[in-house]
Amino acid sequence: MNAASLRRVWGLVYRHLALFRRSPPRIIELMYWPALQMVVWGFVTAYLAGLQNDVTTIAAGVLIGGVLLWEAALRSQMGFSISFLEEIWSRNLGHIFVSPIRPAEMVAALMTMSLLRAMVGVIPAMGLAFLLYAFNIFAMGPVLVAFFAALILMGWAVALGVTSLILRYGAGAEALAWSVLFGITPFACVFYPVAVLPVWLQPVALILPAAHVFEGMRAALTQGVIAWDHLAAAYALNLIWLAGMAALFMGQLRGARVRGALLNIGE
Amino acid sequence: MLARVRGHIWGVTHALVVENLVKRYAPGRPPAVDGLSFTLTAGTTLGLLGGNGAGKTTTIAMLLGLLLPTSGRVVALGHDMATDRFAALARMNFSSPYISLPHKLSVRENLKVYGHLYDVRGLDARIARLAEELQLTDFIDRPAGDLSAGQKTRVALAKALINTPALLLLDEPTASLDPDTGDWVRTRLERYRDETGCAILLASHNMAEVERLCGHVLMLKQGRVVDQGSPNDLIARYGRDDLEQVFLDIARGTRAEALA
Repeated sequence: MNAASLRRVWGLVYRHLALFRRSPPRIIELMYWPALQMVVWGFVTAYLAGLQNDVTTIAAGVLIGGVLLWEAALRSQMGFSISFLEEIWSRNLGHIFVSPIRPAEMVAALMTMSLLRAMVGVIPAMGLAFLLYAFNIFAMGPVLVAFFAALILMGWAVALGVTSLILRYGAGAEALAWSVLFGITPFACVFYPVAVLPVWLQPVALILPAAHVFEGMRAALTQGVIAWDHLAAAYALNLIWLAGMAALFMGQLRGARVRGALLNIGE
Repeated sequence: MLARVRGHIWGVTHALVVENLVKRYAPGRPPAVDGLSFTLTAGTTLGLLGGNGAGKTTTIAMLLGLLLPTSGRVVALGHDMATDRFAALARMNFSSPYISLPHKLSVRENLKVYGHLYDVRGLDARIARLAEELQLTDFIDRPAGDLSAGQKTRVALAKALINTPALLLLDEPTASLDPDTGDWVRTRLERYRDETGCAILLASHNMAEVERLCGHVLMLKQGRVVDQGSPNDLIARYGRDDLEQVFLDIARGTRAEALA
């Protein structure tokens, strides 16, 4: 990526940052759901720990850790998809696509915004987990960064798929931007091991990078070990999903140019 | 740089070469654009006229690379739009009242966004100059959505000129403007073209505007060029008083009677 390319990426990132600067409620909305999830699941954890008279449940923090990491994936996916939708809602997509910005640069800008939005959402939730429940997610050590990165990559792969569907079906598919990853949650095994699923469903979970990340997280929190095999599987699967979804995105972008969908995608 | 494209010299002279352009949205449906060919010379303005559904918007979308042609070729500023469109897009720009700029962003922020997208050097100075020339200074830090129609048109024009384009595509640039503001916009466009040698393709329903700005006009009907020439030439050939009457002759199919 050369300097001109970086300036074009910055142009699109600047557009979204300027939007946030002019709409403070958007920033509050970014923090609201992760914080709310954190508080609810934190109290559930505290209640279960009280029932079992086992304070180590809180220390293990499997539920709280799951909430925080899963929020990273959710915010990453939503951040990408919603940033794309912002261009449709403002009827600005035509101007963007006739500017010299390349599809890869547009995707890089959307990924940058997704990362920023995920950080704004998840970092306050991490602070709440520490303040309210004395749960320090950083106690997992440097492997935490690898977990977060793997989930953010998965979020981008799903977002590329969602954006492809929006290019194919128009703004009518925009609800997917909020809902699609929630539908994956049961198979991502955020709060329970993959072994809990029926045997026939386990392969479905194991093709998702997230299931491997959460297996790894539980190993780190409960046994204090790094599950390298799960980590490697998560990254390998991310590569496959990202490559597949990028191909789908490029195919749908070309299809939209054939059908003329970029002229009226907001309708 | 000079090169030959089927006998046309482009690079310096021809900003746009369009060859046998066809767009069919679905098999079995009539083409929206059917065998369109023309050239646009640097420093001139070409008018694209036609009723609703004549193929003007489809043509402009194909020239911009927003829509892929079924067949045919577009060479813009020496770059084939099928294989090298980004090199051309960097030196082109576009304005249409049907595509908005983000309403929440201020005028300055919008111009900065597009300045970065078009990789404009000395961007702050360029924005300051455009603001002065197009009289945006009083509202440059106001959200674009809060502006009047006339102010929005001036901002859209500033966005279209941000990269000092060598080829400008304008889709009804003065739609919904009062006569005074419309005249003001036309004067700026003429000045920009004459100062820079920019080539302008203008799609408009305002016949007075076309008569004033365009040296050559393509009359489209059902995706085909049904007639062309300079406004004065067309008016003379049809024996009419102005281009609007010529347009009506063609749109209503009374062309033969008029020519007879």
